[in-house]
Amino acid sequence: MEENILTVEHLRKEYEGNVILDDVNLSVKRGEVVVIIGPSGCGKSTLLRCINALENIQSGTIRLQDEVIEAGAKNLAKIREKIGMVFQNYELFPHLTVIENILLAPVKVQKREKKEVREEAVKLLERVGLKDKAESYPRQLSGGQKQRVAIVRALCMNPEILLFDEVTAALDPEMVREVLDVMLELARQKRTMVIVTHEMQFAQAVADRVLFIDEGKIMEQGTPEELLQHPKTERTKQFLNIFHYEK
Amino acid sequence: MNWEYIHKFLPLYEKAAGLTIKLGVIGILFAIIIGLACAVIQYYKIPVIRTIVAIYIELSRNTPLLVQLFFLYYGLPKVGISTNAETCGIVGLAFLGGSYMAESFRSGFEAIDQIQEESAMSLGMNTYQTMRYVILPQAVSISVPAFVANIIFLLKETSVFSAISLMDLMFTAKDLIGLYYKTTESLILLVVFYLLILLPVSMFGTWFERRVRYAGFGT
Repeated sequence: MEENILTVEHLRKEYEGNVILDDVNLSVKRGEVVVIIGPSGCGKSTLLRCINALENIQSGTIRLQDEVIEAGAKNLAKIREKIGMVFQNYELFPHLTVIENILLAPVKVQKREKKEVREEAVKLLERVGLKDKAESYPRQLSGGQKQRVAIVRALCMNPEILLFDEVTAALDPEMVREVLDVMLELARQKRTMVIVTHEMQFAQAVADRVLFIDEGKIMEQGTPEELLQHPKTERTKQFLNIFHYEK
Repeated sequence: MNWEYIHKFLPLYEKAAGLTIKLGVIGILFAIIIGLACAVIQYYKIPVIRTIVAIYIELSRNTPLLVQLFFLYYGLPKVGISTNAETCGIVGLAFLGGSYMAESFRSGFEAIDQIQEESAMSLGMNTYQTMRYVILPQAVSISVPAFVANIIFLLKETSVFSAISLMDLMFTAKDLIGLYYKTTESLILLVVFYLLILLPVSMFGTWFERRVRYAGFGT
Protein backbone atom coordinates (compact mmCIF):
# COMPACT_ATOMS: atom_id res chain seq x y z
CA MET A 1 0.00 0.00 0.00
CA GLU A 2 1.74 3.12 -1.16
CA GLU A 3 0.50 6.28 0.41
CA ASN A 4 0.87 9.70 -1.13
CA ILE A 5 2.54 12.03 1.36
CA LEU A 6 2.56 15.09 -0.85
CA THR A 7 0.22 15.96 -3.69
CA VAL A 8 0.57 19.05 -5.85
CA GLU A 9 -2.18 19.64 -8.41
CA HIS A 10 -2.29 22.28 -11.14
CA LEU A 11 -0.10 24.64 -9.16
CA ARG A 12 0.23 28.09 -10.67
CA LYS A 13 2.41 30.79 -9.18
CA GLU A 14 2.79 34.30 -10.52
CA TYR A 15 4.97 37.06 -9.26
CA GLU A 16 4.55 40.63 -10.46
CA GLY A 17 2.92 39.47 -13.67
CA ASN A 18 5.49 36.79 -14.43
CA VAL A 19 4.50 33.16 -14.39
CA ILE A 20 6.93 31.35 -12.13
CA LEU A 21 5.19 27.97 -11.98
CA ASP A 22 2.63 26.82 -14.51
CA ASP A 23 0.37 23.80 -14.01
CA VAL A 24 2.79 21.81 -11.89
CA ASN A 25 1.58 18.36 -10.85
CA LEU A 26 3.56 16.23 -8.50
CA SER A 27 2.94 13.46 -6.03
CA VAL A 28 5.44 12.01 -3.65
CA LYS A 29 4.91 8.64 -2.00
CA ARG A 30 6.05 7.62 1.43
CA GLY A 31 9.74 6.77 1.40
CA GLU A 32 10.26 8.22 -2.04
CA VAL A 33 13.17 10.51 -2.91
CA VAL A 34 12.34 13.01 -5.64
CA VAL A 35 15.13 15.17 -7.03
CA ILE A 36 14.31 18.34 -8.92
CA ILE A 37 16.82 19.73 -11.40
CA GLY A 38 16.66 22.63 -13.80
CA PRO A 39 18.36 25.89 -14.75
CA SER A 40 18.57 28.86 -12.39
CA GLY A 41 15.34 30.80 -12.12
CA CYS A 42 13.26 27.94 -13.49
CA GLY A 43 11.08 27.88 -10.38
CA LYS A 44 12.43 24.85 -8.54
CA SER A 45 13.17 26.72 -5.31
CA THR A 46 9.84 28.50 -5.58
CA LEU A 47 8.12 25.13 -5.83
CA LEU A 48 9.68 24.06 -2.52
CA ARG A 49 8.72 27.37 -0.94
CA CYS A 50 5.14 26.93 -2.14
CA ILE A 51 5.01 23.47 -0.59
CA ASN A 52 5.83 25.09 2.74
CA ALA A 53 3.41 27.99 2.09
CA LEU A 54 6.25 30.51 2.24
CA GLU A 55 4.85 31.76 -1.08
CA ASN A 56 1.30 32.62 -2.08
CA ILE A 57 -0.05 30.64 -5.00
CA GLN A 58 -2.55 31.80 -7.63
CA SER A 59 -4.30 28.51 -8.26
CA GLY A 60 -4.02 24.80 -7.70
CA THR A 61 -3.82 22.80 -4.51
CA ILE A 62 -1.03 21.44 -2.39
CA ARG A 63 -1.80 18.73 0.12
CA LEU A 64 0.23 17.01 2.77
CA GLN A 65 -1.58 13.69 3.19
CA ASP A 66 -5.16 14.96 3.61
CA GLU A 67 -4.46 18.50 4.69
CA VAL A 68 -4.45 21.42 2.28
CA ILE A 69 -1.43 23.71 2.61
CA GLU A 70 -2.34 27.34 2.13
CA ALA A 71 -0.72 30.60 3.16
CA GLY A 72 -2.87 32.13 5.89
CA ALA A 73 -4.53 28.85 6.88
CA LYS A 74 -5.23 28.43 10.58
CA ASN A 75 -3.55 25.05 10.88
CA LEU A 76 -0.52 26.13 8.83
CA ALA A 77 1.93 26.00 11.75
CA LYS A 78 0.68 22.49 12.59
CA ILE A 79 1.23 21.33 9.00
CA ARG A 80 4.64 22.93 8.83
CA GLU A 81 5.72 20.87 11.82
CA LYS A 82 5.41 17.86 9.52
CA ILE A 83 7.47 19.44 6.74
CA GLY A 84 11.18 19.71 7.42
CA MET A 85 12.88 22.37 5.36
CA VAL A 86 16.60 22.89 4.91
CA PHE A 87 17.69 26.14 3.29
CA GLN A 88 20.64 27.00 1.10
CA ASN A 89 22.19 29.27 3.74
CA TYR A 90 21.42 26.97 6.72
CA GLU A 91 19.47 29.67 8.59
CA LEU A 92 20.48 28.48 12.00
CA PHE A 93 19.58 30.92 14.76
CA PRO A 94 22.85 32.75 15.49
CA HIS A 95 21.99 33.63 19.09
CA LEU A 96 21.49 30.01 20.10
CA THR A 97 23.94 27.13 20.47
CA VAL A 98 23.72 24.10 18.21
CA ILE A 99 21.74 22.11 20.74
CA GLU A 100 19.46 25.06 21.54
CA ASN A 101 18.82 25.50 17.81
CA ILE A 102 17.76 21.87 17.58
CA LEU A 103 15.67 21.77 20.77
CA LEU A 104 13.81 25.06 20.30
CA ALA A 105 10.96 23.90 18.05
CA PRO A 106 10.44 20.39 19.50
CA VAL A 107 10.26 21.82 23.03
CA LYS A 108 8.38 25.09 22.40
CA VAL A 109 6.19 24.05 19.48
CA GLN A 110 5.64 20.33 20.00
CA LYS A 111 5.83 20.67 23.81
CA ARG A 112 7.95 17.56 24.11
CA GLU A 113 10.12 16.70 27.11
CA LYS A 114 13.41 18.55 26.85
CA LYS A 115 15.36 15.57 28.18
CA GLU A 116 13.87 13.16 25.68
CA VAL A 117 14.46 15.45 22.68
CA ARG A 118 17.96 16.17 23.88
CA GLU A 119 18.82 12.47 23.88
CA GLU A 120 17.45 12.13 20.37
CA ALA A 121 19.30 15.26 19.23
CA VAL A 122 22.61 14.08 20.65
CA LYS A 123 22.19 10.71 18.91
CA LEU A 124 21.51 12.43 15.58
CA LEU A 125 24.41 14.84 16.06
CA GLU A 126 26.64 11.85 16.70
CA ARG A 127 25.49 10.25 13.47
CA VAL A 128 26.38 13.33 11.46
CA GLY A 129 29.70 13.57 13.31
CA LEU A 130 28.98 16.70 15.32
CA LYS A 131 28.45 15.42 18.86
CA ASP A 132 31.26 17.57 20.23
CA LYS A 133 29.77 20.72 18.65
CA ALA A 134 26.52 20.63 20.64
CA GLU A 135 27.45 23.61 22.80
CA SER A 136 29.08 25.64 20.00
CA TYR A 137 27.50 28.68 18.41
CA PRO A 138 26.76 28.59 14.66
CA ARG A 139 29.45 31.19 13.92
CA GLN A 140 32.05 28.74 15.27
CA LEU A 141 31.13 26.11 12.66
CA SER A 142 32.06 25.64 9.01
CA GLY A 143 29.40 25.82 6.31
CA GLY A 144 29.18 22.06 6.00
CA GLN A 145 28.85 21.64 9.75
CA LYS A 146 26.11 24.29 9.89
CA GLN A 147 24.20 22.53 7.13
CA ARG A 148 24.43 19.19 8.95
CA VAL A 149 23.08 20.89 12.08
CA ALA A 150 20.23 22.36 10.02
CA ILE A 151 19.38 18.85 8.80
CA VAL A 152 19.40 17.48 12.35
CA ARG A 153 17.22 20.40 13.44
CA ALA A 154 14.66 19.50 10.79
CA LEU A 155 14.86 15.76 11.64
CA CYS A 156 14.19 16.33 15.34
CA MET A 157 10.69 17.51 14.48
CA ASN A 158 10.00 13.99 13.11
CA PRO A 159 8.65 15.40 9.85
CA GLU A 160 6.68 13.39 7.30
CA ILE A 161 8.69 14.89 4.48
CA LEU A 162 11.97 16.76 4.12
CA LEU A 163 12.56 19.55 1.62
CA PHE A 164 16.12 20.44 0.63
CA ASP A 165 16.61 23.71 -1.21
CA GLU A 166 20.02 23.66 -2.90
CA VAL A 167 21.60 22.83 0.40
CA THR A 168 25.11 22.46 -0.97
CA ALA A 169 25.09 25.48 -3.29
CA ALA A 170 26.68 27.82 -0.76
CA LEU A 171 29.32 25.35 0.40
CA ASP A 172 32.98 25.04 -0.44
CA PRO A 173 33.52 21.97 -2.64
CA GLU A 174 35.24 19.90 0.03
CA MET A 175 32.26 20.37 2.34
CA VAL A 176 29.66 19.33 -0.18
CA ARG A 177 30.42 15.65 0.31
CA GLU A 178 29.84 15.59 4.06
CA VAL A 179 26.36 17.05 3.60
CA LEU A 180 25.43 14.81 0.68
CA ASP A 181 26.55 11.74 2.64
CA VAL A 182 24.09 12.64 5.38
CA MET A 183 21.33 12.92 2.79
CA LEU A 184 22.24 9.58 1.20
CA GLU A 185 22.01 8.01 4.64
CA LEU A 186 18.52 9.52 5.07
CA ALA A 187 17.47 8.09 1.71
CA ARG A 188 18.64 4.65 2.85
CA GLN A 189 16.44 5.04 5.92
CA LYS A 190 13.50 5.50 3.55
CA ARG A 191 12.83 9.10 4.48
CA THR A 192 10.47 10.93 2.16
CA MET A 193 12.44 13.73 0.54
CA VAL A 194 12.19 16.37 -2.15
CA ILE A 195 15.62 17.65 -3.11
CA VAL A 196 16.49 20.60 -5.33
CA THR A 197 20.10 20.29 -6.41
CA HIS A 198 22.69 20.94 -9.09
CA GLU A 199 24.76 17.90 -8.11
CA MET A 200 23.93 15.50 -10.96
CA GLN A 201 25.97 12.54 -9.72
CA PHE A 202 24.34 12.90 -6.36
CA ALA A 203 20.93 13.01 -8.01
CA GLN A 204 21.80 9.78 -9.80
CA ALA A 205 22.76 8.12 -6.53
CA VAL A 206 19.96 9.32 -4.28
CA ALA A 207 16.86 9.71 -6.43
CA ASP A 208 13.99 7.34 -7.01
CA ARG A 209 12.63 9.84 -9.51
CA VAL A 210 14.12 12.91 -11.16
CA LEU A 211 12.11 15.91 -12.36
CA PHE A 212 13.42 18.39 -14.87
CA ILE A 213 11.76 21.80 -14.53
CA ASP A 214 12.21 24.59 -17.04
CA GLU A 215 10.30 27.83 -17.45
CA GLY A 216 7.99 26.90 -14.59
CA LYS A 217 6.89 23.58 -16.07
CA ILE A 218 7.83 20.01 -15.42
CA MET A 219 9.39 19.18 -18.79
CA GLU A 220 10.30 15.61 -18.14
CA GLN A 221 10.44 13.09 -15.35
CA GLY A 222 11.61 9.55 -14.82
CA THR A 223 14.06 7.33 -13.02
CA PRO A 224 17.59 8.71 -12.75
CA GLU A 225 18.68 6.32 -15.53
CA GLU A 226 15.91 7.45 -17.87
CA LEU A 227 16.22 11.14 -17.28
CA LEU A 228 19.92 11.63 -16.65
CA GLN A 229 21.32 9.01 -19.06
CA HIS A 230 18.67 8.93 -21.76
CA PRO A 231 16.78 12.23 -21.72
CA LYS A 232 13.94 12.43 -24.20
CA THR A 233 13.45 16.14 -24.80
CA GLU A 234 15.95 18.43 -26.47
CA ARG A 235 15.75 20.91 -23.63
CA THR A 236 16.72 18.28 -21.05
CA LYS A 237 19.63 17.13 -23.19
CA GLN A 238 20.80 20.68 -23.61
CA PHE A 239 20.62 21.30 -19.85
CA LEU A 240 22.43 18.09 -18.93
CA ASN A 241 25.17 18.85 -21.45
CA ILE A 242 26.23 21.79 -19.30
CA PHE A 243 27.49 19.29 -16.77
CA HIS A 244 29.62 17.33 -19.22
CA TYR A 245 33.20 18.12 -20.02
CA GLU A 246 34.95 16.60 -22.98
CA LYS A 247 38.52 16.96 -24.13
CA MET B 1 36.57 75.33 48.56
CA ASN B 2 34.37 75.24 51.61
CA TRP B 3 34.31 71.65 52.88
CA GLU B 4 31.98 72.49 55.68
CA TYR B 5 29.39 73.61 53.16
CA ILE B 6 29.83 70.46 51.12
CA HIS B 7 29.49 68.32 54.22
CA LYS B 8 26.38 70.21 55.31
CA PHE B 9 24.51 69.89 52.05
CA LEU B 10 25.56 66.40 51.06
CA PRO B 11 22.33 64.91 52.47
CA LEU B 12 20.28 67.27 50.29
CA TYR B 13 22.13 66.06 47.21
CA GLU B 14 21.71 62.46 48.25
CA LYS B 15 17.97 62.96 48.53
CA ALA B 16 17.87 64.73 45.16
CA ALA B 17 19.92 61.95 43.56
CA GLY B 18 17.37 59.50 44.92
CA LEU B 19 14.61 61.36 43.12
CA THR B 20 16.62 61.61 39.89
CA ILE B 21 17.28 57.86 39.97
CA LYS B 22 13.69 57.00 40.88
CA LEU B 23 12.09 59.10 38.15
CA GLY B 24 14.81 58.12 35.66
CA VAL B 25 14.45 54.38 36.24
CA ILE B 26 10.64 54.38 36.11
CA GLY B 27 10.54 56.69 33.08
CA ILE B 28 13.14 54.64 31.22
CA LEU B 29 11.35 51.38 31.98
CA PHE B 30 8.19 52.79 30.41
CA ALA B 31 10.28 54.16 27.53
CA ILE B 32 11.65 50.66 26.87
CA ILE B 33 8.15 49.17 26.85
CA ILE B 34 6.84 51.90 24.52
CA GLY B 35 9.90 51.62 22.29
CA LEU B 36 9.65 47.85 22.00
CA ALA B 37 5.94 48.02 21.23
CA CYS B 38 6.52 50.68 18.54
CA ALA B 39 9.36 48.70 16.98
CA VAL B 40 7.26 45.51 16.84
CA ILE B 41 4.35 47.42 15.27
CA GLN B 42 6.71 48.83 12.66
CA TYR B 43 8.25 45.42 12.05
CA TYR B 44 4.88 43.87 11.25
CA LYS B 45 3.83 46.99 9.31
CA ILE B 46 0.41 46.95 11.00
CA PRO B 47 -1.73 49.41 9.04
CA VAL B 48 -3.05 52.58 10.73
CA ILE B 49 -1.31 51.90 14.06
CA ARG B 50 1.96 52.02 12.17
CA THR B 51 1.15 55.54 10.96
CA ILE B 52 0.22 56.62 14.47
CA VAL B 53 3.55 55.26 15.69
CA ALA B 54 5.43 57.15 12.97
CA ILE B 55 3.69 60.39 13.94
CA TYR B 56 4.40 59.80 17.61
CA ILE B 57 8.09 59.15 16.93
CA GLU B 58 8.52 62.31 14.89
CA LEU B 59 6.58 64.40 17.40
CA SER B 60 8.49 63.05 20.34
CA ARG B 61 11.97 63.22 18.83
CA ASN B 62 11.60 66.67 17.36
CA THR B 63 10.33 68.53 20.41
CA PRO B 64 12.47 69.30 23.47
CA LEU B 65 11.70 67.50 26.70
CA LEU B 66 11.31 70.88 28.39
CA VAL B 67 8.44 71.80 26.07
CA GLN B 68 6.86 68.37 26.55
CA LEU B 69 7.03 68.81 30.33
CA PHE B 70 5.48 72.28 30.17
CA PHE B 71 2.60 70.88 28.16
CA LEU B 72 2.04 68.12 30.70
CA TYR B 73 2.53 70.22 33.80
CA TYR B 74 0.81 73.47 32.87
CA GLY B 75 -1.36 72.37 29.95
CA LEU B 76 -3.14 69.29 31.27
CA PRO B 77 -4.67 70.99 34.34
CA LYS B 78 -6.24 73.52 31.96
CA VAL B 79 -8.25 70.74 30.32
CA GLY B 80 -9.20 69.35 33.68
CA ILE B 81 -6.60 66.63 34.09
CA SER B 82 -4.75 67.13 37.32
CA THR B 83 -1.25 65.77 37.56
CA ASN B 84 1.54 66.03 40.05
CA ALA B 85 5.08 66.95 39.10
CA GLU B 86 6.53 63.45 39.58
CA THR B 87 3.96 61.86 37.29
CA CYS B 88 4.64 64.57 34.71
CA GLY B 89 8.35 63.87 34.90
CA ILE B 90 7.89 60.13 34.41
CA VAL B 91 5.35 60.56 31.60
CA GLY B 92 7.54 63.16 29.90
CA LEU B 93 10.63 60.96 30.06
CA ALA B 94 8.69 57.94 28.83
CA PHE B 95 7.20 59.99 25.98
CA LEU B 96 10.59 61.26 24.87
CA GLY B 97 12.47 58.02 25.56
CA GLY B 98 9.88 55.83 23.85
CA SER B 99 10.74 57.19 20.44
CA TYR B 100 14.49 56.95 20.98
CA MET B 101 14.13 53.38 22.19
CA ALA B 102 11.82 52.60 19.25
CA GLU B 103 14.47 53.81 16.82
CA SER B 104 17.24 51.79 18.45
CA PHE B 105 15.14 48.62 18.45
CA ARG B 106 14.06 49.25 14.87
CA SER B 107 17.69 49.21 13.76
CA GLY B 108 17.98 45.82 15.44
CA PHE B 109 14.89 44.43 13.72
CA GLU B 110 16.01 45.71 10.35
CA ALA B 111 19.34 43.95 10.68
CA ILE B 112 17.67 40.53 10.73
CA ASP B 113 17.26 38.72 7.45
CA GLN B 114 13.67 37.82 6.58
CA ILE B 115 14.67 34.23 5.95
CA GLN B 116 15.33 33.83 9.69
CA GLU B 117 11.60 34.30 10.14
CA GLU B 118 10.87 31.79 7.38
CA SER B 119 13.26 29.34 8.94
CA ALA B 120 11.43 29.63 12.27
CA MET B 121 8.01 29.32 10.65
CA SER B 122 9.05 26.28 8.66
CA LEU B 123 9.79 24.65 12.02
CA GLY B 124 6.12 25.10 12.86
CA MET B 125 6.48 28.19 15.03
CA ASN B 126 3.57 30.59 15.07
CA THR B 127 3.99 34.35 14.78
CA TYR B 128 4.33 34.84 18.52
CA GLN B 129 6.89 32.06 18.97
CA THR B 130 8.90 33.31 16.01
CA MET B 131 9.00 36.79 17.50
CA ARG B 132 9.67 35.65 21.06
CA TYR B 133 12.39 33.06 20.45
CA VAL B 134 14.00 34.03 17.15
CA ILE B 135 13.49 37.65 16.09
CA LEU B 136 13.32 39.54 19.39
CA PRO B 137 16.45 38.13 21.06
CA GLN B 138 18.50 38.90 17.96
CA ALA B 139 17.01 42.36 17.45
CA VAL B 140 17.53 43.31 21.08
CA SER B 141 21.16 42.18 21.16
CA ILE B 142 21.91 44.12 18.00
CA SER B 143 20.25 47.17 19.57
CA VAL B 144 22.25 47.05 22.80
CA PRO B 145 24.86 49.75 22.00
CA ALA B 146 22.20 52.24 20.87
CA PHE B 147 19.99 51.18 23.76
CA VAL B 148 22.69 51.86 26.37
CA ALA B 149 23.46 55.24 24.78
CA ASN B 150 19.74 56.08 25.09
CA ILE B 151 19.65 55.18 28.77
CA ILE B 152 22.58 57.51 29.47
CA PHE B 153 21.01 60.26 27.35
CA LEU B 154 17.66 59.94 29.15
CA LEU B 155 19.22 59.95 32.60
CA LYS B 156 20.95 63.19 31.70
CA GLU B 157 17.72 64.61 30.33
CA THR B 158 16.19 64.29 33.80
CA SER B 159 18.06 67.49 34.64
CA VAL B 160 15.23 69.32 32.87
CA PHE B 161 12.84 68.16 35.61
CA SER B 162 13.90 71.11 37.74
CA ALA B 163 11.83 73.31 35.44
CA ILE B 164 8.62 71.80 36.80
CA SER B 165 9.89 72.26 40.37
CA LEU B 166 10.87 68.65 40.96
CA MET B 167 13.63 68.65 43.57
CA ASP B 168 16.11 66.65 41.55
CA LEU B 169 19.88 67.20 41.45
CA MET B 170 19.71 70.16 39.09
CA PHE B 171 16.99 71.84 41.14
CA THR B 172 18.91 71.35 44.37
CA ALA B 173 22.10 72.81 42.93
CA LYS B 174 20.34 75.85 41.49
CA ASP B 175 18.41 76.33 44.71
CA LEU B 176 21.53 76.25 46.87
CA ILE B 177 23.41 78.61 44.56
CA GLY B 178 20.51 81.05 44.85
CA LEU B 179 20.41 80.77 48.62
CA TYR B 180 24.10 80.73 49.57
CA TYR B 181 26.06 81.88 46.48
CA LYS B 182 28.42 78.91 46.84
CA THR B 183 28.52 78.34 43.10
CA THR B 184 31.73 76.29 42.86
CA GLU B 185 30.86 73.85 45.62
CA SER B 186 27.29 73.45 44.44
CA LEU B 187 28.27 72.76 40.86
CA ILE B 188 31.10 70.40 41.80
CA LEU B 189 28.68 68.40 43.93
CA LEU B 190 26.25 68.37 41.01
CA VAL B 191 28.85 67.01 38.59
CA VAL B 192 30.05 64.43 41.08
CA PHE B 193 26.55 63.13 41.70
CA TYR B 194 25.70 62.86 38.01
CA LEU B 195 28.95 60.98 37.47
CA LEU B 196 28.18 58.68 40.38
CA ILE B 197 24.90 57.79 38.72
CA LEU B 198 26.04 57.62 35.12
CA LEU B 199 29.51 56.04 35.28
CA PRO B 200 28.24 52.71 36.61
CA VAL B 201 25.55 52.68 33.91
CA SER B 202 28.14 53.39 31.26
CA MET B 203 30.51 50.70 32.54
CA PHE B 204 27.71 48.19 32.82
CA GLY B 205 26.75 49.06 29.24
CA THR B 206 30.23 48.38 27.92
CA TRP B 207 30.37 45.06 29.73
CA PHE B 208 26.89 44.12 28.55
CA GLU B 209 27.62 45.00 24.92
CA ARG B 210 30.66 42.78 24.93
CA ARG B 211 28.80 39.93 26.57
CA VAL B 212 25.95 40.02 24.10
CA ARG B 213 28.27 40.32 21.16
CA TYR B 214 30.33 37.30 22.16
CA ALA B 215 27.29 35.24 22.97
CA GLY B 216 26.54 34.38 19.38
CA PHE B 217 27.21 37.32 17.15
CA GLY B 218 30.17 38.73 15.34
CA THR B 219 30.21 36.58 12.25
